[in-house]
Amino acid sequence: MSPKPPSPRDEIRALTEARLTFGPRGRAIATPEALAFALDHARARAAVAAELDLPALASALGRLGMAHRTVTSAAGDRATFIRRPDLGRRLPETEAAQLADAYPCDVALVLGDGLSATAVALNGVAFLSALFDRLTAMGLRLSPVILARQARVALGDGIARAMGAQTVVMALGERPGLSAADSLGAYVIHLPRPDTPDSARNCISNIRNAGLPVAEAADQAARLIAAMRATGQSGVDLSRAMAAGTLPR
Amino acid sequence: MAYHIDLNGTRYNFPSLKGLLARASPERSGDALAGLAADGPLERIAAQHCLADVPLSDFLADVLEVEGDGVTALIMAQHDTRAFAPVASLTVGGFRDWLLDPATTGQTLARLAPGLTPEMVAAVSKIMRAQDLIAVAAKVEVVTRFRSTIGLRGRLSTRNQPNHPTDDSRGIALSALDGLLMGAGDAVIGVNPATDSLPDYIRICEVLDAIRTQLEIPTQTCCLGHVTTALAAMEARAPVDLVFQSVAGSDKANAGFGVTLSLLDEAAEAVASLNRAPPGANLMYFETGQGAALSADAHHGMDQQTMEARAYAVARRYRPLLVNTVVGFIGPEYLADGKQITRAGLEDHFCGKLLGLPMGVDVCYTNHAWADQDDMDILLTALATAGVNFVITVPGGDDIMLNYQSLSFHDAAYIRDTLGRPPAPEFAEWMARHGIGTPDADLPPLDAALSHLRLPAA
Repeated sequence: MSPKPPSPRDEIRALTEARLTFGPRGRAIATPEALAFALDHARARAAVAAELDLPALASALGRLGMAHRTVTSAAGDRATFIRRPDLGRRLPETEAAQLADAYPCDVALVLGDGLSATAVALNGVAFLSALFDRLTAMGLRLSPVILARQARVALGDGIARAMGAQTVVMALGERPGLSAADSLGAYVIHLPRPDTPDSARNCISNIRNAGLPVAEAADQAARLIAAMRATGQSGVDLSRAMAAGTLPR
Repeated sequence: MAYHIDLNGTRYNFPSLKGLLARASPERSGDALAGLAADGPLERIAAQHCLADVPLSDFLADVLEVEGDGVTALIMAQHDTRAFAPVASLTVGGFRDWLLDPATTGQTLARLAPGLTPEMVAAVSKIMRAQDLIAVAAKVEVVTRFRSTIGLRGRLSTRNQPNHPTDDSRGIALSALDGLLMGAGDAVIGVNPATDSLPDYIRICEVLDAIRTQLEIPTQTCCLGHVTTALAAMEARAPVDLVFQSVAGSDKANAGFGVTLSLLDEAAEAVASLNRAPPGANLMYFETGQGAALSADAHHGMDQQTMEARAYAVARRYRPLLVNTVVGFIGPEYLADGKQITRAGLEDHFCGKLLGLPMGVDVCYTNHAWADQDDMDILLTALATAGVNFVITVPGGDDIMLNYQSLSFHDAAYIRDTLGRPPAPEFAEWMARHGIGTPDADLPPLDAALSHLRLPAA
């Protein structure tokens, strides 16, 4: 017996996650859909408000034999972090000084809360450990994993400079949508400066169970790092060169 | 020029007019982020007292104080001295009283619009309460036309925004039809593309045009790609009804969007030459939003609300069909919460209308702002009372491509029922003809849509 062909509604569900109204249309959104929306919003808000679970992350990294350090941006707390992205990008001098005694490394690995500590809790360690294996196999010296609280993307630049690393990977929670609060983004940059423009970063986004798998994201990040270290380029310039096929893949 | 005021034994100094405007601005996170906000409520209210005594004629100087800025030059060139005459001798405070006077009618305000500059309307808005912003805007009727007539008094139009994360043609069509079945889309059916590639832009135009022509909808369609992509698509003879662009209030901010006035001039000329609309129709669509200039580091020390009003000088150069502020989209670092988003939405609508623009609002928020559906309901209700030309609507209020919450198609239906605001007359007639809103609607139901609609191949 052949499987039942998909119904038009199944076909539509496969095409789009839009909150379409099927069947009779009332003036208002029906109660189940209205409450489902409220639940999704609450989940997104919870992800934004969440703090990094430092003990859980430390023990997960420890089990994989990966060392770690912890830093907090100049934003200090969650409410300030949301309103002041400039502070979330800045590493206080006292925090930078604590990193200066780490052993020399080529690549700094940073795991920041960003706008969803939920995403970090779900996929952060898995992504960094997959990347750790690939970069170690390439013969690169890696930093301890820096767990960064109240962190925006550019906080990684200061961390890399404090540790003397040429390349930095900043993995952090992306702004939650209603349908996904667990999306991790990874930003890679080579030779960060105090005023690195965003156009010099390469981004791998939507790393989550229902999006880009962790292993594939780690492959992409490792390729980017290899290309950056071979050419000295990063960001838009590197993407152009890679798209044009002028770089070894 | 420096300003000061003595209040309760304290002297408050303001080194420039733009500094005074910033200090007088109602509280919002973006001005604090820029380091421009008042130190607290006392300094803010002192600045408002001081601002109320400033003559409107002071605003005819270069308020931005940036040598060679093209938007400033445009503002100076647009200013019509004769239209300005009725209020030329007023202060900002006197102007507020004059605006609220019942003897000042909508016709008076329409004649005044070419005489006002963005900085004047921004200034007066800063000493107006929410009800003032609503009451004055409600007097102004700005009507624009393409296949539908938008902005007539007592009506509310909607943009149907069927975005899809991969620009899938069928995904776009399903969301568009979902809205049409609720009566959404008389202002425009407009898609924000996920990519900015020319083939995708052209395909999206073709998908929307196929839906419009097959269902014989008296509306217009738009792919909200970059203006340079629109120019290339028109060159390739794509069905482009409206040219869209995001604009801001300084040359540097517009450069951040990759646009110049001459590029916009070129696009306006190109879309007019397509002759897709009746003679005299309005053919451009602009989006703006408080914080856009600051996020491009192009605010030049001016507060975000005044910079936003300056963007309207750019928009009004092109007699647009539609202009909307994307008020809560930019995030809590610019507008922190429901209160700030609500205030900003009312300010933007008021300033746009006073400058003669067909102003709409994307009533919206992101998940990291302190806002929720209740805030959007209140803002929508206030804006409808103020006579907003159109609002943006998406399936279930959830934009699955841009990952933010706008209004739902149902939210527009709430206003239609509760305040009695039908859509554009041509569209209302089309809805009646097709039984939309009744159980006998003769549009294909969603389940049958994919087999009924003939869409261009991907």
